Amino acid sequence: MKYITTLIFTLLLVVSSNETSFAGTIVVCKDCAIKKISTAVEKAIAGDLILIKKGHYFETNILIDKPLTLQGENWPILDGNEDEEILVIVADNVTIRGLQIQNVGTSYLKDRAGIRLRKAKNFSITNNRLYNTFFGIYLEHVKNGIIENNEVIGKAVEESSSGNAIHLWYCKNIEVKGNTVKNHRDGIYLEFVDSSTIQRNFSEGNLRYGLHFMFSNFDNYSENTFKDNGAGVAVMFSKKIDMWENDFVHNWGKASFGLLLKEIYDAEIRHNNFSFNTVGIFVEGSTRVNYHHNNFKQNGWAIKISGGCLDNTIETNNFLSNTFDISLSSSTNNNTFNGNYWSSYSGYDLNRDGRGDVPYRPVKLFNYVVNETPEAMVLLRSLFVDIINFSEKVSPIFTPEKVIDERPNMKKFDF
Amino acid sequence: MFKILKYSFADLSRSRWTYVYTGFYALLTMSLFLLSSDLSKVIISLMNVVLVLVPLIAVIFGVMYYYNSREFTELLLAQPIKRTDIFLGQFLGVAGSLAGSLLIGVGVPFLFYGILGSAEIGNYLILLLTGVCLSIIFSGLAFFIALKNENRIKGFGLAILLWLGFAVIYDGLLLLLLAVFSDYPLEKVALGASLLNPIDLSRILILLKLDISALMGFTGAVFEKFLGSNLGMVLAILSLMVWVGIPVLGIKFTSQRKDF
Amino acid sequence: MNLEIKKLSKSFGKLKVLNEIDLSIRQAGTYAVLGPNGSGKTTLMKSILGMVLPEFGSIAINGQSIKGAHAYRDKIDYLPQIARFPENLKVNELFTLIKELRTGETRDEALIKRFEIEPFLDKKLGNLSGGTRQKVNLIQAFMFDNPLVVLDEPTTGLDPLSLVKLKELIREEQAKDKTIIITSHIMDFVEEMADQIIFLMEGKIYFNGSLHELNDKFKTSKLEQTIAKILKEQKEQGRQDGDEAYLTPLKELSHV
Repeated sequence: MKYITTLIFTLLLVVSSNETSFAGTIVVCKDCAIKKISTAVEKAIAGDLILIKKGHYFETNILIDKPLTLQGENWPILDGNEDEEILVIVADNVTIRGLQIQNVGTSYLKDRAGIRLRKAKNFSITNNRLYNTFFGIYLEHVKNGIIENNEVIGKAVEESSSGNAIHLWYCKNIEVKGNTVKNHRDGIYLEFVDSSTIQRNFSEGNLRYGLHFMFSNFDNYSENTFKDNGAGVAVMFSKKIDMWENDFVHNWGKASFGLLLKEIYDAEIRHNNFSFNTVGIFVEGSTRVNYHHNNFKQNGWAIKISGGCLDNTIETNNFLSNTFDISLSSSTNNNTFNGNYWSSYSGYDLNRDGRGDVPYRPVKLFNYVVNETPEAMVLLRSLFVDIINFSEKVSPIFTPEKVIDERPNMKKFDF
Repeated sequence: MFKILKYSFADLSRSRWTYVYTGFYALLTMSLFLLSSDLSKVIISLMNVVLVLVPLIAVIFGVMYYYNSREFTELLLAQPIKRTDIFLGQFLGVAGSLAGSLLIGVGVPFLFYGILGSAEIGNYLILLLTGVCLSIIFSGLAFFIALKNENRIKGFGLAILLWLGFAVIYDGLLLLLLAVFSDYPLEKVALGASLLNPIDLSRILILLKLDISALMGFTGAVFEKFLGSNLGMVLAILSLMVWVGIPVLGIKFTSQRKDF
Repeated sequence: MNLEIKKLSKSFGKLKVLNEIDLSIRQAGTYAVLGPNGSGKTTLMKSILGMVLPEFGSIAINGQSIKGAHAYRDKIDYLPQIARFPENLKVNELFTLIKELRTGETRDEALIKRFEIEPFLDKKLGNLSGGTRQKVNLIQAFMFDNPLVVLDEPTTGLDPLSLVKLKELIREEQAKDKTIIITSHIMDFVEEMADQIIFLMEGKIYFNGSLHELNDKFKTSKLEQTIAKILKEQKEQGRQDGDEAYLTPLKELSHV
């Protein structure tokens, strides 16, 4: 069976490469007849392959207005010399692969990008390197395409003078997969983007968010790693976002979170891993969000809920050695906590059903104290704090009574 | 001083109480391992115990040892050695045996559970370091109190009060202060106050390891500077060392001026 | 051996325990420091050993002031009043410790034989009886053959046989021309061993001279009677002055 599949695959490859060669190939290199990419694009007819050989090409604003494939050989460098943007694609069916695009100048007026797609369909941008390009890959009014295995690395120093690595605006059916995005404002930014998939990307060291959704619906992201960003992921004003198997690691700072949720509805957060974040998930207004099978490990706050959150379910998660498990700033709460494992739970299970017989209250009095007086944090784990926490546990006055896991799991889940 | 230390240590290392103390730690650690095989969870539980219990036991041992060996101390005073050497030697003997109990009782069980190759080794070392420092500091303070008070009951009472003050009351007052003046930026006060209490200091060292994620949520610049770099760790360890020196100076000063 | 004490004063709180004491011991001999409880005997001995620090006055041994010094104690043998040692230390470990702290020739083996301590050498000090402990105490005190010997209540807890041995030992020391300073409340023992009496009362030296002189002065033949007479006289005098309260606290201060 395996052999047959490989055979079919090879055949397909041969056929497809033949097709491109039928359409015609234009070679660009320093010693070739055609020395500039823009010249090649002008001369090409729809469906042609432009093969760019190794070399350093200083060109900007290369307008691709017909279906073409631009392919680099041995990483040719397209250099904007700290000025205008480099590739501007306005046609459908364009493929860009194997290029190294670098040095697009910062502008406060225009969102310059290494590769820009405008009103295009069915594109493919794969295996490219974009270094220091202000915005990396910029899509506006684009449908049906894939951005895969690109490396987009910027030099962002401050938010106001930096762009996003992959920027999507009014898009639909886009797949963003296996990219590495570093040192920009946002790693991946989506605004009015529907039905798209963000998968297996690695987002690190971005000033604002590793991944950022605004007004985007029916999207999903999974198996991504978000590390050391200003905040891991921000999902704002969006509906039906499915988030699974992502790693939110090491987002440290005063306004830093693994995941920020703001005004979102009907989302699923499952099988994710939140470790060593100042705040694992910061929630500001969310309705009907289900959290399950997530690991929250050694975060400052695993989940910090700041009001306006209704009908959320937090079920079957691991809460492992977080400084604070749950923090709630409003007293009204109809969210459900059920069957989670809490490492700081100290109850017992006499009937041996695997669930604790004593309910667990994830909000401690000291939580409340730290909210009021942040400096009090230095008293964390003090005997005095243990004493007041205990007395609060015995007779709750300050902490919301309804935030309670009636049947906490006795054993850590293996996800 | 070294000779005195040697005999004190030999005396104490055969003491029933030392065995009880060591056995208690070993039992505690092993039962924690029975409840959870998670190294980090055991370390966290032990940290809470160490911060409270080590100072308490150290003050009790220190005061007890001083009063019990008072007659023998007189004999030592008639020997051709310096007074400070006698008391520092005895104090270090007590501190050493307390630290030894902790290292054996807590330290050894971890070796069997494979701490050496694990990622938790840093936390484990901090646990042992703070435990040892607290043993030294509080047995030293106890010696100082006992030297100052010939009356055993008074000495005992003061020593327990000292522990209670550092372990509980101090933090309560600090929290009260922070809450009352919460409109003012008190981050320096909060940090400074923690440096002045050896238990708080050890706690902060532990926090820096365990709760750094939460600590990074601070808005204050001083906090960020203190906690964000290794500065906090270095400063806390240095302050702990200064704290070790305080009872030593106290013992030196008092013993030179005291009649026996 | 030459001990020179000048205007030595010491108070504990409001209580003047030693009041400008002048004392010089230039000749070898056995000096018994006597006096009622709280008269400053132990304080005087402890001052010589540097355990109590004088308020005024000076103490010099062989012309050297002892203030702030500690090496001079190497030449003093001292027997403390209460024999309590670290419970978990063995007898021979104690001897080793003392030997480590001091210099000079030791004669511990002979003494161990003499007081028949061999079977106890490997026992813990905490398990010894009071009498055995006192023997251990004596051995540690006499282990070094020093010219000045200070004995604070040496007879405490000793059985008659050991007492005889102690007396023998002291006699041998006397024969070596040592200066021996003893306090004791057993007057027979003092009478037998001492040739000079220093009688302290109310922080002052009431009498300093030979045993015979003292007995002659009070026209008695026994020291015990002499002491009783002195104390009675003192008490009557106090009553006449209406000043009895002055003496009472002194008596209570037994540990000084």
